[in-house]
Parts: sequence; C-alpha cells; structure tokens
Amino acid sequence: MSRAGYLAHLALLALLGAFLLTPQSFAGLLRPFAPGDTAPIYTQTPLLTLTVNHLLLVAAATLAASVLAIGFAVGATRPAGRDVLPFARAVANLGQTFPPVAVLALAVPVFGFGPLPTLVALVLYGLLPIFETTLTGLEGLDPALLEAARGMGLTDRQRLVQVELPLALPMILAGIRLSAVIGLATATIGSTVAASTLGEVIISGLLTGNTAYVLQGGLVVSALAILIDAAFHILEQGAAQRTGLRS
Amino acid sequence: MGQPSAAGARIDAHPASRIVSGLDFLGVALAALLSVGLVALPLMVVRPNRIADGTALMVWSALPAGPALALLCVSGLATPLLALRIPPSVRLAAGAATLLLLGLAAGWAADHLTPPGDRYSRVSPEAGWWLAFGAAGLATGDGLARLRPGPGMRVAALAAVAILAGLALRSGFWDNLSVMREYAGHADTFGREVRTHLGLAFASVAAAALVGIPAAILSRPVPALRRALLAILNVVQTIPSLALFGMLIAPLAWIGRTIPGAAETGIAGIGPAPAVVALFAYALLPVAAATVTGLDAVPAPVRDAARGVGMTSRQRLLQVELPLALPGLLTGIRIVLVQNIGLAVIAGLVGGGGLGVFVFQGISQNAGDLVLLGALPTVALASSAAVLFDAAIAVSRGRAAEMRP
Repeated sequence: MSRAGYLAHLALLALLGAFLLTPQSFAGLLRPFAPGDTAPIYTQTPLLTLTVNHLLLVAAATLAASVLAIGFAVGATRPAGRDVLPFARAVANLGQTFPPVAVLALAVPVFGFGPLPTLVALVLYGLLPIFETTLTGLEGLDPALLEAARGMGLTDRQRLVQVELPLALPMILAGIRLSAVIGLATATIGSTVAASTLGEVIISGLLTGNTAYVLQGGLVVSALAILIDAAFHILEQGAAQRTGLRS
Repeated sequence: MGQPSAAGARIDAHPASRIVSGLDFLGVALAALLSVGLVALPLMVVRPNRIADGTALMVWSALPAGPALALLCVSGLATPLLALRIPPSVRLAAGAATLLLLGLAAGWAADHLTPPGDRYSRVSPEAGWWLAFGAAGLATGDGLARLRPGPGMRVAALAAVAILAGLALRSGFWDNLSVMREYAGHADTFGREVRTHLGLAFASVAAAALVGIPAAILSRPVPALRRALLAILNVVQTIPSLALFGMLIAPLAWIGRTIPGAAETGIAGIGPAPAVVALFAYALLPVAAATVTGLDAVPAPVRDAARGVGMTSRQRLLQVELPLALPGLLTGIRIVLVQNIGLAVIAGLVGGGGLGVFVFQGISQNAGDLVLLGALPTVALASSAAVLFDAAIAVSRGRAAEMRP
C-alpha cells in the first residue's frame, strides 16, 4: 500500500473513532437527512455498543469459519482425502449460491431469534471463500518444492506445518479477508432476527423513514469493512514476503 | 524412513485394516448422518395451527406402515452401500433413490397426519428429515461429482430434478405440507413476486454488463484510470446491502418528484427502483474486474499474431481478445447473477417486491413456513442459474482453448 493509502486509512480510522465516541458532535452533518425535527443520531442503544457487538459477532463467526474451512481444505488435499476433492469443490461451488439472507432465514426456524441464527449463517457463509482460497493455495504449490521437502526427510506433518501452510498463508488470509468483509455486511441483516448489530440502526431508519439513521449505520459498517480489508491486505503482504517467492 | 505408498500399504495390510481401506471416508460420514436423521431424530412435526407449538414424530409414527417400511428399507440398503468403496454410478443411484423416497415420504406423511377436511393443522419436515435429506443430497452430489460430468450431463441432471419437482408440485402431491399451505394462502401474489425477483436480478446484471464491460475495456489500457475505477467500485462493495437500499430511497424519490417524466418510467423512492440501482451498483465491480482479468489473460503471442496479420485494434478486440476473455467474463457474470438473485431478497424489506416479501413477512409473523416459501425458491433459482452458467462457461472455455496456440 502506498504512503497516501496508509494516511487515508489512518484518517478514516480516526474519523470512525471520533464518530463512535462522540456521535452528537456529528449531529449537524446528518441533520439535513433526518425528516422534520427527529433526532439525527441514533440513541436507542449507544453506537459504540452496537459496533462492538457487530465486530464480536463477525470475529467469532470468521474465527470458527477459518478453523473449519482450513481443516476441511487440509483434509481434502491429503492423499486419504483425494477422493473427496471433486465433491468438496462441488459443495463449495453450490454453497456459494445460497444467498446469505436465505441462510439466515432458514436458520431462524431451527435456532430461534437472536444472535445465534446470525452466527450460524455467518459461519456457514464464511466457510466457502476460505475453503476455496486455502484449496487454491495448497494445490498451487510447486510440486518440486514439496519434493524437495520430502527429500529433506520432513514427515507429512512437518511438510504441512513448515512448508505448505506458510506458503499458502497469503491465499488463506485473502479468503479470511473476503469472509470477514462479507460477514460485516451480512451481520446487518441479522438485526431483522433481533441480533444486536449496526443493522438495528439501519432498520430503524428504514422503518421510520429516517435517512440519517440509514446513513450512519451504513457508513460505519462500510468504514469497518474498508479498514479490516486494508489490515488484512497488510497481513497478506507480510505473509507473501515471508514466503520469499513473490516480491 | 520413506513413506510407504498407499498401494504398498494395502498389500501387506492386516485383515482389519483391509476392511477399513474398503470403507469410503466421506461415505461413512454421510451414511452416519442419514441413519441418525432417520432413526434417532423426529421426521415430521404436526402443529394444530400455523404458529402453535407442535408434536414431533419419529418415522414410524409419522408415516403409515407401508411407506415407513419402504423408506427404512431403501435407506437401510443405501446406508451400507454409501459407506463402502463403490462405483460412482452406484453411489449416485443409492443417493438418488433415498432422496426420492424422502420426497415421497414428506407428501405421504402430510396426507397421513392431516385429519380429513382440517384446514388449520400444519405438517412440516423436522430436523431428522432435513438431516437425512441433506445427507442423501450430498451423497447424490458426491456420486455425480465423481462421475466428472460434462456440461450437458449437468444440465440434464438439473432438468431431471426440475421436472420431478414440477410434476410433484403440479399434481398436488405435497399440498398438505405446511409450505404448500402457505403457498395456497399467497398463490395470488406468488407468481408476480417470482417474476419481480427475477426481473430485479436480471435487469441489474444486464445493466451492469452493459456499463461495466465497456468501462473496463476503455479504462484497461490506462493504468491510473483502471486503478481508480476498481478502487471506487471496491468501496461500493463494502456498503452493506441493507444500507445501500435505504440510502437510495431519498435521492430516487427526489428524482421522481422533480425531474419531469422520471416518475412515469418508474423512478420513485418506493418500489423496485432503489433495489435495481443498488443491485446494479453491487454487480459493477465483479463484472468490470472479470473483464480486466479476462483481457489481461490473453497471451501476448496471440495479440502479436493478430497485429501481425494486419487486424485493426477493433478487429483484434472483437475477434480475438473478447472471445478469449469470454470464459473469464462469463464467470464474472455468473458470480453477480447468483449473488444478485440472493441479494434481491433484501428488496422485500424496502418495498421493492420479490421473494423477500415472503421471507420478511414470515420473520415478522414468526411463521417459519412462510420464510421457507420465500427462501426455498430463491435458493432453487440461484442454484439453477449457477449450474446453467457453469455449463456455459465450460463450453466457452472449450472454444477458447481451441483458439489458443
């Protein structure tokens, strides 16, 4: 990332922090979007609380999805799991076609209202990008490298932990990044089933025709997504440099 | 010590490990799920009315004796088959037979459990049915995937499923199931909402292709322009769909009110306009990015050869570069079409219509079956679109491969 890019992201982070800590100081900016004399800032629940809940939900879901997806991908690329690979591919492919809203809606009859169906939907939906990129990362390794690792006398487990996973790490991180960014946006829909996320602000705005609420909810989620995306890009670059294969 | 190869391990194996090596790892897992679903979990649930709590019933109490026996026999035969290393076609047959029986069982159970003339009681599949259905579906898919089907076979499989489901729906076989009761209650609007849903998804993707592909082609040779285009579209992607739909209501209402003629063309704050614009915005980045990567992937020797035979830049683009980039382009369009079929559900929340209407009505009325009435067709539409597009991509990839040196 360029120097200007770093500065822009730092500025965005500062702006987001200022808005979440003292939302009322931004009331003047949002006033034109609030109809009549309704409040321009959502106060039912503090925005900071909603943001923290939102982030915790997404973090928990992304962590669970990462562990499961990387486990599946490693299993599917071992000799014993080779048979399963075409099937795993097909499932991952078809699974992507399940819209997040539908996953969420289908989870409600089973798990009831609240954060649980949202968490389940986020985990299920987050699995696929991570699985696909991990698979691509592990499959795309140079066979000569693996042969060299075998020639050095590394066991299967050592090859996996010391060679394959570190080399595939940039791809794996890219998948986790995608999954986290999708999760951030999808978590807003969780508020339709009573999960406490920033979607609450947006939905409240939709129901009362208050565009100021829609804007603040939407923009906070966007800012979070942009910042998390950038943070993962930095991690990916670091991981790619460590592999020593790419510049 | 060297690693023994898989074949070597099999020759000097112990009898016990010979049995283990005859087992199919994934098949065992699916067979276990299938048996747990049918034997240990309730198959169906009966409720006295739409929202009351229900009684969960196991296979033997949910079905009359004959059908219960048929279901248990077929799945009892399929379970050990799935667990063993068997040819993919046998696996496919075992999975498909179980799926078919489960579909039949849902209808039989609904007829069996609904008292004659009762219009209020609701019969729906319970955890066991869904688990067994999922396991059997995965086993069928596994068998199909191992056959490595070509595009034609995949489309044929989709058509077979669609025809079977269509026949069952048309004949009224599932009419006593709760989801179909919901359908009967919303039959007057269902067709319209499906058309609205498809209209939203296809119109937005078509518009995105019409704008995104030329924009990508024009900006690709200029690195700064291309970076700026992709960066802006990237930011649009981060706005949560719920918020983007909401943010567009006010400006579109303003345009509809102030610009003469705009209201007549359907531009208004309420209705499908915000949904189409939001879906269009989401579709732009994947389409533009796929165009750029597709064109970048055209091999340099091919470009040089095209220039060498005296083609103009326009001829090169239309006759060489675009046909070669077509698989990548189609992949981009497939991703956004499938994504937008799913996202169009959100339109139901902002008055844009579509199947989301049923989903959100169901959520607010706490009626799970109404949610299913919206969600199941959405999943079916998205998956069918994915299968059809994947087949088209496979065909175009074959064509592009013929052109490559």
